[in-house]
Amino acid sequence: MSDVKTKRTAKAALGPYGKVGHVLNELDDRVGAAKARNFLDKIFPDHWSFMLGEIALYSFVIVLATGVFLTLYYVPSQTLVTYRGSYAPLYGVKVTQAYASSIDLTFAVRGGLLMRQMHHWACDIFIGAMVVHMARVFFTGAFRKPRELNYSIGTTLLTLGIVNGFLGYSLPDDLVSGTGIRIAYSILESVPVVGTYLAFFIFGGNFPGTAVIPRFFIIHVLLVPGIIMGMVGAHLFLLVRQKHTQFPGPGRTEKNVVGTPMFPVFMGKTTGYLFIVAGVTALLGAFAQINPIWLFGPYDAAKISYAVQPDWYMGFLDGALRIAPAWQTNNFGHTIPWEVTFPALILPGIIFGIAYAWPALERKITGDNELHNLLDRPSEVPVRTAAGAAVLSLVIWLFIASSTDVIANFAHLSLNSVLWFMRISTFFVPIITYVITLKICQEMNEADGAGRRKTPNLVTRTSEGEYIATAAPVHEEFAHHEEVAVPVPTFIVDEPASETDGVRTVER
Amino acid sequence: MSTTEEHRTPVSLSSVTADSPHMQPAARNPERVERWTAVLLLLGLLGFIGFGWAYWVDATPWILGATMGAGFSFVGIAVVAWGKYLMPKGPFVEERHDLRSSDAEREAFAAAITQRGGGVIKRRPMLGALLGGGLGVFGIVALFPLLRSLGPLPGKTLERTDWKKGSYLVTQDGRRVHVDDFLINEVATVFPEGFEETENGQAVDQTIIIRLDTEDFVTKKGRESWGPAGYVAYSKLCSHLGCPVGLYEQSLQLLVCPCHQSMFDVTIGAQPNFGPAPRPLPQLPLFVDKDGYLRSQSDYLEPVGPGYWERS
Repeated sequence: MSDVKTKRTAKAALGPYGKVGHVLNELDDRVGAAKARNFLDKIFPDHWSFMLGEIALYSFVIVLATGVFLTLYYVPSQTLVTYRGSYAPLYGVKVTQAYASSIDLTFAVRGGLLMRQMHHWACDIFIGAMVVHMARVFFTGAFRKPRELNYSIGTTLLTLGIVNGFLGYSLPDDLVSGTGIRIAYSILESVPVVGTYLAFFIFGGNFPGTAVIPRFFIIHVLLVPGIIMGMVGAHLFLLVRQKHTQFPGPGRTEKNVVGTPMFPVFMGKTTGYLFIVAGVTALLGAFAQINPIWLFGPYDAAKISYAVQPDWYMGFLDGALRIAPAWQTNNFGHTIPWEVTFPALILPGIIFGIAYAWPALERKITGDNELHNLLDRPSEVPVRTAAGAAVLSLVIWLFIASSTDVIANFAHLSLNSVLWFMRISTFFVPIITYVITLKICQEMNEADGAGRRKTPNLVTRTSEGEYIATAAPVHEEFAHHEEVAVPVPTFIVDEPASETDGVRTVER
Repeated sequence: MSTTEEHRTPVSLSSVTADSPHMQPAARNPERVERWTAVLLLLGLLGFIGFGWAYWVDATPWILGATMGAGFSFVGIAVVAWGKYLMPKGPFVEERHDLRSSDAEREAFAAAITQRGGGVIKRRPMLGALLGGGLGVFGIVALFPLLRSLGPLPGKTLERTDWKKGSYLVTQDGRRVHVDDFLINEVATVFPEGFEETENGQAVDQTIIIRLDTEDFVTKKGRESWGPAGYVAYSKLCSHLGCPVGLYEQSLQLLVCPCHQSMFDVTIGAQPNFGPAPRPLPQLPLFVDKDGYLRSQSDYLEPVGPGYWERS
């Protein structure tokens, strides 16, 4: 026994896990940190489609990071100033402070243009990734019990993303965004009964006023992002609590999850993925120009630019506004501009309403109240897949309708015929999509051997339209290289078990 | 069981030891993957150094973005490869535990909420009602100042513009419009003189003026005196969504809104003949004063811009 402390004894006193183990123990004494091991052991299924949500999450992180940079320089004010910055074409022009500071942070702040473009690109990717992620969840039935609540949270996140995207797009106060705000004001006005009050209270009076930019700013940078962050937290908490869904496969059941653990494998891959999303966004910001506000000029209510489209996620609304006929009604001294109210408010209400209601609707129609952890293949549930495809086709068709003028110019058609074609086809596109998708799914299921999963089957369609299931070439990893040894019987019984008429049945 | 089969069977994390096959890296040749990963990480490092250099010398934005993007992309691909090929390949399995609690727990939970909680409120109905009433009143009272101070009441604001009897028509730079200024089919955006002083003048007063003829032009019955010397003036606010109707199609004599392609025939009172706009653009009655300047006879006789509930 010696009291002399050597390095070795000090190290030994820390136990087999060294200093890290010591710190972890100290933490565990105080907060029970060791219980977090369950979280480290969480299993993530390996399927490429599960990374779509990750793209959404990481592009949101990039939106936040670049957005913080922008707030350091942006001035949310509609006060008029005379521009005296470095951008020569605007020198001496009277512009709002919002516009002047947007131009200055673009040209006078080092890295400003890059940050602005990255912010815009990351936002577009964020919303796009949410849409694709939602489609994955919908078409594979991942929203089914017990995950309906998380699906609703996700749908709300998409809505909030779109709203905040529009608000942010409005902030530079350039000619294009100002026109967007003007349209938003008119849409508010179109709400029956309370519309004008709504518009006056949100804008602080008649359009344009001086309050809208500061108000949109604080909603854009604090209110909505705060709600989004809280809901992302809830989304991930529920994901961990309910564990992942998975596609059926060897060893996978309703009662387990097969894949790789959170720590370190998934953490490694997902951290790398964050960097890749950041890298791609930076490259887009570097090489793909987006929203060049200095070319649009400052907002002037009496000026307008030609062939200007909003951000892609607003396109379906713009398209719907273009093709809606003049449906205004005028009864008892009150006007309801249905040509605005319907496409801009009621239609998106219906589309998102269907999205929110679908899990409950499907539960009710199928009477299926079971818990589901294994995913469907889209073709296995033809009605759901066809309904989802129909709604998607409607949204995409409306998006196309937002460029009627560009189509007419490009194809040398009259604007009139393009408009009428879009008006009529909008009713048929979802129906045709529904029928075709339903038919394809049903025929795929009828193909002999389709849906069996013991050996992978490849369902192909011949040029005559026939579906054939063939055994796919066995992937090397799945191959059985050796025969399974069968123990030699020690003695032979007289009667073979369960033999009738010389045919032996084998239990499978 | 073959060895391949053994690897594919998912096992639980707690049952494996460091040397079990499931804990081996997924790559067939880990050394090679490690070399490539190292190369990628090195390239990423160089990218970040390049980014620092580009920032330091104030390089153009695309160099900043390219160096940063290269840094992140290389590092990202390297880390993904590290996770995918050099970490335990598994597959591992984890059992799901029922989310549902046992019957006893559920009953105890429901009892706690309804009996312990509900009982307290049910036993003191008056307190509950008073508390609810008080908070309710606060909610309603708070709503008023909150909403009311956000903006003024609409009142008749939307029905009026700054055009008055005798307002001079001026261009955006403040120059008065004279009857001899325009050739036929010439177009301009005009405002009532002094519009710069009003808060929303630019937005609500904007008017488009077109010379259609040299003689007085009548667009509609009852508007015989509105188009002196061939000048007609319409509100520039589209009756669809309030965009400026900024395109004039000369050969067809149509005003076109660039936002949603509504078209208005200027010869018949800006009646819409195409697109979503439901109403004609309001026409401003004009006259030529004794000095030859164009002036308005009055304000617009109907509200300008898009439709709303209170509009009759």
